[in-house]
Amino acid sequence: MDIFLQQIINGLTTGSVYAIVALGYTMVYGVIQLINFAHGDVVMVGAMVAFTVIMGVVGMGLPLPPFMIVLAGVLAAIPACMAVGFLLERAAYRPLRHAPRLAPLITAIGMSIILQQVALLIWGRDPRAFPQIMDNPSFAIGGAAISAVQIAIILLSVALMAGLTWFVYRTKFGIAMRATAENVNIAGLMGIDANRVIAGTFIIAAALGAVAGVMYGTYYGIAHYTMGFILGLKAFSAAVLGGIGNLAGAMLGGLLLGLVEALGAGYIGEFTDLCRWPVVSAMLAERCAADGHVVLFGSNYQDVFAFAVLILVLVFRPSGLLGERVSERA
Amino acid sequence: MADKPADPGHALLMAVGLEVHYGGIAAVQGISLAIEEGEMVCLIGANGAGKTSTLKALARMIPSSGEIHYRKERLDRLPSHLLIGKGMALVPEGRGIFARLTVAENLAMGAYHRSDKADIAADLAHVYGLLPRLKERAEQVAGTLSGGEQQMLAIGRALMGRPQLLLLDEPSMGLAPLMVDKVFEVIRAVAAEGVTIFLVEQNARLALQTCARGYVMESGRITLADSADKLLADPRVRAAYLGE
Repeated sequence: MDIFLQQIINGLTTGSVYAIVALGYTMVYGVIQLINFAHGDVVMVGAMVAFTVIMGVVGMGLPLPPFMIVLAGVLAAIPACMAVGFLLERAAYRPLRHAPRLAPLITAIGMSIILQQVALLIWGRDPRAFPQIMDNPSFAIGGAAISAVQIAIILLSVALMAGLTWFVYRTKFGIAMRATAENVNIAGLMGIDANRVIAGTFIIAAALGAVAGVMYGTYYGIAHYTMGFILGLKAFSAAVLGGIGNLAGAMLGGLLLGLVEALGAGYIGEFTDLCRWPVVSAMLAERCAADGHVVLFGSNYQDVFAFAVLILVLVFRPSGLLGERVSERA
Repeated sequence: MADKPADPGHALLMAVGLEVHYGGIAAVQGISLAIEEGEMVCLIGANGAGKTSTLKALARMIPSSGEIHYRKERLDRLPSHLLIGKGMALVPEGRGIFARLTVAENLAMGAYHRSDKADIAADLAHVYGLLPRLKERAEQVAGTLSGGEQQMLAIGRALMGRPQLLLLDEPSMGLAPLMVDKVFEVIRAVAAEGVTIFLVEQNARLALQTCARGYVMESGRITLADSADKLLADPRVRAAYLGE
């Protein structure tokens, strides 16, 4: 098996999910400069709602094709997450719109905890396994394998990114979002109601998050009330990597982060296998002769890469890869 | 301040006892003014006299106390995004264009509150006729325009809202003299189409030569109000603002 190609495929898959979640962070940040730390938990709600609906439909034993069942889950998750996103903005963030920036940030962390606890009450503390209702055939390409779910995730993500780009650049509401992001007071003079634009931004971000949640749950086969935490942090890292506030940056950052993580996980064992390096002690040589490998870090360290990337970006390029602003001449 | 709301009579825009405070500092201290339909009126004064605060308060961009009447309607409780629908547009100080949007997108945002597609297209053609440089640069990102072109864009964008009253804040600021002439030519052309103009300017001579009537503002108060000819001849104005 070609490990390199396989990890590229795996990285593109998780990277696509990160990109969709990262878009939610970056859109909200672009419009109101708030890092909505509860966004990862909105994604979790999406996965959980989809899980419930899929289990329910399967439980009813309706003779529906599996694809339709998953679609029903997605179609239920999207409005549920939109409602959560709308409520977060309306109840938690809007009253703090003119407060110092620390206040909404801490509120966002609080909202994240609340969403997790509510999910814990509803869905319990055990991981929920998505039922395997669909065949997931794999296709061989160049010594690696790509599964139908991976293909679906990548294609759906590309479609969502294209759709969002079209919306933001080609529709009146999308242009108003960009105008509000640039200067909310001047946008007001144009008759743009900032409250509507901001609420709309949260709703769109949450809808994308819902789809991401279902993709993530389907890919790994499980959903858990804390899944949004680490996923959210990684997607946030991806948004920072691309340049927070920049849509193309979130897409690029998500894909890059997925690739770095997958390749890192794929090769960290090999690179930290002490037997590959000049032998430093007799004892080590003995163990290498016996076992063949003495691995320091295994692929369970894969989460390290996302945060290592975040730290490196913050140190060397805080504005992110695409974060350079167009010069604003006075 | 009057206890009973003032009667705006036939004024298009009227302010009574308008006050603006920043923390403890009173930037505008109870001014009153009235502008009639079709007029061209200017507000002149030195830097820091409170001119921009006055305009921002009239456009509801900053909180103020006192009454603001527009066509017999009270504006002083409205949020700013409803004003353009009433027919009032502001070209803000420093132009305030959306630098990351294209010229065409900026103009589209000017017509954001409207849904009459055919009329918007006609107005766009009209703005492009008035300001041909904007048409040449329609697909360019607005931040890359020159200062004069940005000022033209800010005016064109305001016109896309089909205002009856256009408030302009320092349109000459930071522009080369030749460009200032061009901008004021456009302002006169807009006025000739029947749009009422309220112009705030530091360039007092140019403002008084352009407008029929003027107010002079000093440290948050209106100290003189008269026809532009009389103000141009007034020794106090000549000494303080015309450098004579």
